[in-house]
Amino acid sequence: MADTESLEDLASHIAGHLGDRVQNSVIAYGELTITVDPVDIVQTLRFLRDDARLQFVCIIDVCGVDYPSRRRRFDVVYHLLSPRQNARIRVKVEADENTAVPSAVEVFPGADWFEREAYDLYGILFANHPDLRRILTDYGFKGHPLRKDFPLTGYVEVRYDNDLGRVVYEPVKLQQEFRNFDFLSPWEGPEYNLPGDEKASS
Amino acid sequence: MSEADIRNFNVNFGPQHPAAHGVLRLVLELDGEVVKRVDPHIGLLHRGTEKLIEHKTYLQAVPYFDRLDYVAPMNQEHAFALATERLLGIEAPKRGQIIRVLYSEIGRILSHLLHVVTHALDVGALTPPLWGFEAREVLMCFYERASGARMHAAYFRPGGVHEDLPPQLIEDIYNYCDPLIQVCDDLEGLLTGSRIFQQRCVDIGVVTLDEAWRRGFSGIVLRSAGARWDLRKSQPYDGYETYDFDIPVGKNGDVYDRYLLHMDEMRQSVRIMKQCCERLNSPEGAGPISAQEGKVVPPRRSQMKRSMEALIHHFKLYTEGYHVPAGEVYAPVEAPKGEFGVYLVSDGTNKPYRCKIRPPGFVHLAGLDSISRGHMLADMSSVLGSIDVVFGEVDR
Repeated sequence: MADTESLEDLASHIAGHLGDRVQNSVIAYGELTITVDPVDIVQTLRFLRDDARLQFVCIIDVCGVDYPSRRRRFDVVYHLLSPRQNARIRVKVEADENTAVPSAVEVFPGADWFEREAYDLYGILFANHPDLRRILTDYGFKGHPLRKDFPLTGYVEVRYDNDLGRVVYEPVKLQQEFRNFDFLSPWEGPEYNLPGDEKASS
Repeated sequence: MSEADIRNFNVNFGPQHPAAHGVLRLVLELDGEVVKRVDPHIGLLHRGTEKLIEHKTYLQAVPYFDRLDYVAPMNQEHAFALATERLLGIEAPKRGQIIRVLYSEIGRILSHLLHVVTHALDVGALTPPLWGFEAREVLMCFYERASGARMHAAYFRPGGVHEDLPPQLIEDIYNYCDPLIQVCDDLEGLLTGSRIFQQRCVDIGVVTLDEAWRRGFSGIVLRSAGARWDLRKSQPYDGYETYDFDIPVGKNGDVYDRYLLHMDEMRQSVRIMKQCCERLNSPEGAGPISAQEGKVVPPRRSQMKRSMEALIHHFKLYTEGYHVPAGEVYAPVEAPKGEFGVYLVSDGTNKPYRCKIRPPGFVHLAGLDSISRGHMLADMSSVLGSIDVVFGEVDR
């Protein structure tokens, strides 16, 4: 596995070739992360794949991360592997619900299902994707379940209806209220007021 | 009839076809008997694992990993434990690492045995499953004796493993190594030279090396195409670099090569298991099995009864859990089916902010279309069998 020094070498090599396109480059926990603009992603991935020294030829993963408080709420995270360098790299772009990220399928055919999954679970759009359908959720599913504002219980539940002779969807009905155990220590965790806190200020 | 009237024929393969290995629905477009396009519909076993993990503490997230690839549960936990440990900046003690390696290899054999015999079943051989499952039964008993559960073990935890192994168990595992080789020999005797098996496997489902990389294939599918790439050797974790074992590599990238690699890897795993057992009995393998300082791993029950400090730790770790420093890591392991990775994003609280699971089977199934295009319909089950998918991990 590449050590920090060789990762710094790789980072400066990438920065030397991509120049300003690399918005941010961090080495943390022994892993190299670069951030680029969504419009540059295909070019960046192609460079990382084809550069004779880097040869990040293997696509490991593409996934979304949701930060609802941000202006562009999604991160799309690409993980690549270079068997030549025996190194990994993480490429991040920021996206939101409306602007599409160019699809990486033309560079890495393996990105196909990962992008479908990110679309399915987060609603991130990918431009020029050959077949952007839902993949993990049910046929006709509404919403994007891994978004932070999607409730853990979901909105609908299914059951088999004997009279209709088919499976029907109904609004989710909980037998008991959903219990969210919040065990964060009141001294170091939560930002809300505990009962009685209001007396402290008055 | 004019040419324009001929159209391709669509058939549904699954979701209840025995060769679909669970709940896969394949929509096949056929021209006569030749497969023109494969469209796998997955997600019938989707349980929202990643969403659930975001709502649980790090320790509570562990059992979800057993339910991914339920054929080799502990290998999945391993990736999560490594990811969490890397964020926390701790490492499992020596004995814990050896136990993890031992049980990862048992998991590998569990998975490979199931794969080889069900693949044989898919192409028409009925005896291998009966023999293979007998050996799996014994191995699952080893799981049970270590963790209390035959499948959903929750045994590899961040910081180490849950319980120490009794000496008798180590001895029994060691003594079962040679019979296990005999099982491999028996299975090979049934399959390797069988003309029928070869006709169903040789030159079927060929994967080229270049394609394998670009599609993100890993594990045996990648190695069958000729890559010498195994994370246990190239990016070793938990002391794999100190074990003596070989990585079998294929030449042709076809189904038959993948079968041979599976058989060979089992023998290599047995080699590692023997070394583990020897180390566990030597002074090198003595010592604690999980992190000691009590900030991540709860103290033993016996300590809890006597020490106030231990009691407080125990209470806090099972309610609030531990806070993991903010940051992100990607921790891969060489699971039986390929590279299983966990991409963990922490925001500094006691719950993962995001836990992306990178299952190897998902990637291989995504490549099924390109692997099996132009094959006969009957070869589909052979190709599908050889890429070794388990829907627990594909659908998550």
